[in-house]
Amino acid sequence: MAMPVSGVPTEAPVAQVPAGHALARVGRAIRSNRKATTGTVLLAIFILIALFPGVIAHDSPTADAYAPHLPVSTAHLLGTNAYGQDLFAQVVWGTRNVLIIAFVVGLATTGIAVLIGVAAAYLGGGWDGTLNVLTDVLLVIPLFPLLIIIAAYAHGEGTIVLIMAITLTSWSYTARQLRSQALTLRNRDFLVAARVRGERSLYVIVMEVIPTMTSLIVASFLTNALYAVLLASSLQFIGLGDPNTVSWGTTLYWAENNAALQTGEPLWAIAPGACIALLGAAFALLNYAFDEIGNPALRPVRRSKRVRST
Amino acid sequence: MRYALRRLGFFVLTLWVALTLNFLLPRLMPGNPALAMMTKFHDQGATPQTLKTLETLFGVNSQQSLLGQYFGYLHHMLTGNFGTSLSEYPASVASVIGSAIWWTLGLVGITTILAFALGTGLGIVSAWRRGGKLDSIVPPVFVITSAIPYFWVAMVLVLIFALSLHWFPSQGGYYVTTDTPGFNLTFFQDVINHAFLPAMALLITTIGTWILTMRNTMITTLAEDYVRMARAKGLPGWRIMFDYAARNAILPNLVGFAMSLGFVVSGAILIEYVFNYPGVGYMLLQAVDGEDYPLMQALFLLITVAVLFAILAADILTAILDPRTRAAR
Repeated sequence: MAMPVSGVPTEAPVAQVPAGHALARVGRAIRSNRKATTGTVLLAIFILIALFPGVIAHDSPTADAYAPHLPVSTAHLLGTNAYGQDLFAQVVWGTRNVLIIAFVVGLATTGIAVLIGVAAAYLGGGWDGTLNVLTDVLLVIPLFPLLIIIAAYAHGEGTIVLIMAITLTSWSYTARQLRSQALTLRNRDFLVAARVRGERSLYVIVMEVIPTMTSLIVASFLTNALYAVLLASSLQFIGLGDPNTVSWGTTLYWAENNAALQTGEPLWAIAPGACIALLGAAFALLNYAFDEIGNPALRPVRRSKRVRST
Repeated sequence: MRYALRRLGFFVLTLWVALTLNFLLPRLMPGNPALAMMTKFHDQGATPQTLKTLETLFGVNSQQSLLGQYFGYLHHMLTGNFGTSLSEYPASVASVIGSAIWWTLGLVGITTILAFALGTGLGIVSAWRRGGKLDSIVPPVFVITSAIPYFWVAMVLVLIFALSLHWFPSQGGYYVTTDTPGFNLTFFQDVINHAFLPAMALLITTIGTWILTMRNTMITTLAEDYVRMARAKGLPGWRIMFDYAARNAILPNLVGFAMSLGFVVSGAILIEYVFNYPGVGYMLLQAVDGEDYPLMQALFLLITVAVLFAILAADILTAILDPRTRAAR
C-alpha cells in the first residue's frame, strides 16, 4: 500500500498573520478550489451525522426490532438485514465510531510525528541518529500485517485498542516528511537569531519551527485520518475489532459473515462501504486541494490554444 | 561502501525488530493466547517433540528464563524451524506456506507488473497532453479511488460480474470439485478465469498511484531546459515525450515499482479474503481465525523479509540509475 506522494510544499510563512485574517484566508482558499469545497461539504455532513445520529435515524442500530430481509421502503430507507436490524440506522449511528477513530488517530499520529520528526532534525547528532533509526524501522515493517497480528493476539478488544495500535505503528511516514522539511529550516536566520537570544530548544521547536510548517502538518493530518479510516474499517471487516461496536467496518463484517451478497442483500455490504469511500474521498480531496494550494505547479490548467510543436 | 554496510546493518536491525515483535507480542498480551493454543495442540494429539518446540517458540509452561526462551526462539527461527501448523496439523508451517505462496505470487505479482506498466503509460500521456481529456478525468477519479477500501471494490465486482452477470466465478483459485491441478489448457483457463476479478480489483485500486506519480514528476521535467531545447531542435513529439521527458521522470516510479514487489506477498490480503483465493493473505487471516499462531508468526516474518529485499532492490536500482545519489554518498 503505497502512500500518496504529497509534494512537500514550499515555505508557508503563516505565523505572523493574525488569527482572524488566517481564518478568512482559509475560507477563501476553500471556496476558490473545487476539490476543497467538495471535501469540506462532505466532511461537514459526516460530522453533523456523527453529532446528531438520533435526529436522522429514529431506529436503534442494535435492536432486532423488525422482520428480517425487509426491502427498501420509506420506513426502512436501506431495508433490514438478516437479524431484522434497520440498516439505515446502522449506517447513521456507525458514523460516530469511524469519525472518532479518524480524528483521534489523525491527531495523535501527527502529534507524535511532529515531535519526533522536528526534534530529530533540530537537535541533530545522536538524537537524530536514534530517532531516525526508529522511524526507518517502523517505516519498513509492513503495517497492515503487523496490525493484524497485534489485533489477533488482542482478541477483539474494541475501539480503544484499535486506536492505540494504529497510532503507535503508523506515525513514521509523517515523521520522515516533517524531518526533511525541518532540516531545510535548520540554519535559517530566524532560528539562528532565536538560538543567539539564548532560547531553550523546546521553545524554539514549539514556537518557531512548528508554526512555519503548518501547511505540511495539516496535510499530514488529513492523510493520517484517511489511513486511519481505511485501516480501522479493514480490521473491523475481517472481525478483528469488537464485533459489537456500531461501526461501518463492523456492519461489513456481519454482512460478509451472513453472505449478504450471495443471499440477495447487497445493500448490507454496499451501503457502509460507500460511506467509507465517501468519507475517505472527503479527506483525500482536502489533501489534494492543500497540495495544489501549496504547490501551484500541480494546479489543473485550462487547455491552452498553444500550437503543439510537431 | 560505507553506505552499503550501513544499509546492511539497518536491514539486520529491522529483521531483528520483526523477530522480537513476534516473540514479545504473544507474551505481552493479556489472557495468555499461547496457552489456549497449546491446549488445542494437546487435543490434536501432538507428539512430545512438537510440543517442546512450540513451548520454546511461545514460552508456555517453560522452565527457562525469558532470556533463555528468547535465544531458543531466535535459534529456531534462524535455522528455519517455524514449528507445526495447528490448522493443518501435522503439516509443518513451511510446507503449508509453500503450497499457498505460488497463488499469491501469480495473482498479485502479475497484476502489480500490469498496473505499473499501464499506470506509467497513462501518466506519461496525461502529462504530455496537459489539460486534455485524459488529464482532466484521470487525476480526480483516482483521488477518489485512492480513498476507497479495496476489499469493497472487490465486493462490488463480485456483486456485478459474478453474482448478477455470471461472467466469472465469485471465489476460489480453480474449480476444486471438477478440475485437478496440472499442466494442461483447461486448468490454465480455469485459473485465469478465477484470477480475473481479484486482479481487476487490485488493478483499479493500485493504478492511480502510478499514474499520479508519473504525471506529477513528468510535469516538472517538461518545464526543464533540455526539453525546450529538444523542441527547438525540431525533434518529433514522441521522441521528446519518451526520450527526453519520460526518461528523466520515470525514476520515482521505477523505485516505487521495486518497492511494490516486496508488497506482493502482503498487498492483497483483503482481496484474497473476499474471493477466498488460496494465497498467502487468505492463509494469514485463516491462521488468525483458527488461532494458528506458528503459521501467523512465520507469515509475518515472510512478509517482512520480502519487503526488506524489495527495499534493497530499490536502493541498488537508484544507485545504478541516478549518478547523483552515488556522488552524494
